[in-house]
This record gives sequence, structure tokens and C-alpha cells, in this order.
Amino acid sequence: MDSGLSEDPVALKILIAGGFGVGKTTLVGAISEIKPLRTEEVLSDVGVGVDDLDGVEGKTTTTVAMDFGRITIREGLVVYLFGTPGQERFWFMWDELSYGALGAVVIADTRRLTDCFPSIDYFEQRGTPFVVAVNCFDGAATHSVEDVRIALDLDDDIPVLLCDVRRRTSAKEVMISLVEHSLRTLTGPGAR
Amino acid sequence: MNQWMDEEAGPFVRPYALIRGRTRSSGENLDLIAMVTATGEPPVAGLGPEQEAILRAASTPISVADVAVELDLPVGVVRVLLGDLRDNGLVSVSSPSSAGPRPNERILKEVINGLRAL
Repeated sequence: MDSGLSEDPVALKILIAGGFGVGKTTLVGAISEIKPLRTEEVLSDVGVGVDDLDGVEGKTTTTVAMDFGRITIREGLVVYLFGTPGQERFWFMWDELSYGALGAVVIADTRRLTDCFPSIDYFEQRGTPFVVAVNCFDGAATHSVEDVRIALDLDDDIPVLLCDVRRRTSAKEVMISLVEHSLRTLTGPGAR
Repeated sequence: MNQWMDEEAGPFVRPYALIRGRTRSSGENLDLIAMVTATGEPPVAGLGPEQEAILRAASTPISVADVAVELDLPVGVVRVLLGDLRDNGLVSVSSPSSAGPRPNERILKEVINGLRAL
């Protein structure tokens, strides 16, 4: 399926999702070649159709922060990391972010596992390949990967990893696992 | 936009004032990782300093997200500025999704090897 346009620069997107304060910025920072930047996205309520915006009619613009990182694989092949805004009311932004994305990393914190349910639901529904990275915070009770898989009701083919988002090697493992998973969904028996 | 920035007070001009209050334009459909390249056409009169800065940054292909970082402006503002530049034929934009919704196998394998080598 090579298009013959292989000389054109290729840019790929990986999304980093999960609840508020779960370590999205830290993960981006651990592996990005640039300092994780907080870039801002405009939010306009016109035509958005999100119920949660009820009550803020008349509000036309505000901004929402978004983490941004970059990994250059080689000249002309760059992977961009985008930390998705955690709050559900910004979900309409995810549609654009997830379009054409290579996949997503959902970071989970076992102390408040439910925080990552919405992200998992979202990517399952969209058919976006994702892995679950369980961030092992200091002092957090450690759970086995299997326990987390059961608690999240994940299909067997979805990778679940324990990680420390502060460590570069750990962040690297998570990214590699995601791209491998994305490759399997592309070429495997269940390929879309 | 340094002339609009005070070290202590921050920006003199709110970002959306730069684009005259617009929040959407023909640039709205620009993907964050769409690649922008200056066409080299002579700039039209009346370009703002931000648009001139974009043209300099885009002398080699650069992603929409990187332009926002480079200029330290919100992505929404950069999209409007880029939309204007595109309308004037000053930048060309190649959408990453034009090649298909997902990257192909060869590219993914290359990414895996590249990540391992980091």
C-alpha cells in the first residue's frame, strides 16, 4: 500500500489520554525531544452541540490547554504527541485529534481507575488502537496487569503495561507497545 | 510578536485581537499535523508580523502544531493566520490524511525501530 509518495514528509499522531493529573504531561515530557509545550486550542460553542455547554450560551471563545511533544524518527518522519484535554466537555476536540491518529495511550491510576473509563470507551467506539499504561505512582498499591484488565473489562488483545511515566525507558516501552499494537490491528485478522 | 510583549506584564495584545476577533476561517480544517510550506510568492501588502514570522518558519515544511509552538500562539489563532496565507497563495498545505486515514505498515515498522533506537 505504498503510495509512491514516500519522499514526502510523514507526520504521525499519538494521543495521550487519561484522567486529570494522571501524568499525561509527564509522559510527554519523558520522551519528547522538545520540552513538553502547552499549546492552546480555541473552543467555540457555535455548532458544537455538546450538552455540557448548556448555560454558557453567548460564550464564543475560550481556550483549553493541550500538551504537545515531538519525536523525530528520521528526517521526514516525525511522531507528534498530543495530550488530550481530560474534561469530558472538551470531547468534541478529540474527534479532530483522533482522526488519522496512529493510536492512543490511556494512562490509568489504580487509585482512581474509573477516571480512565471515558477515554477507553471513546477509543473503543472510534476503533482507534490504544494501550493502557498503568502509572505506578510512589506509594500506590500495585495491582497486577491482569487485575487491571479485568477491572477495565478490556479485550484480550489490548496491551496493558505497568509503567513509570517519569522514566524515559518506561515511556519508550509504552510507545513501542502502542505502535506494535497499531501495526497488528492493521495487518492482523481483525484488521479494518 | 516580541514588540507586543512586556517582560513583566505579558502580552499587550490578546491573541484573538491579532486575527480581529475571528475564531474560524478557511483555515479551520487544518489538521494539527498538516505540513505547511511557504510557496515563495512575493508577500502581499498588509501582512502582519505574525504572518511574516509564519512565512519564515515555513521556508521548509513545518507542521501546524510546530508553527503554533514557534510563534507561541494558540493553535486556533495560528489556523486563522494560516488560512489567510493559504487564501493568498503564500503557503501550501499538505494534509497528512490525504494518503489515507491510517499510516501504512512500512512506516509503522520504521517508527518501532526508530523508537527502539532512541
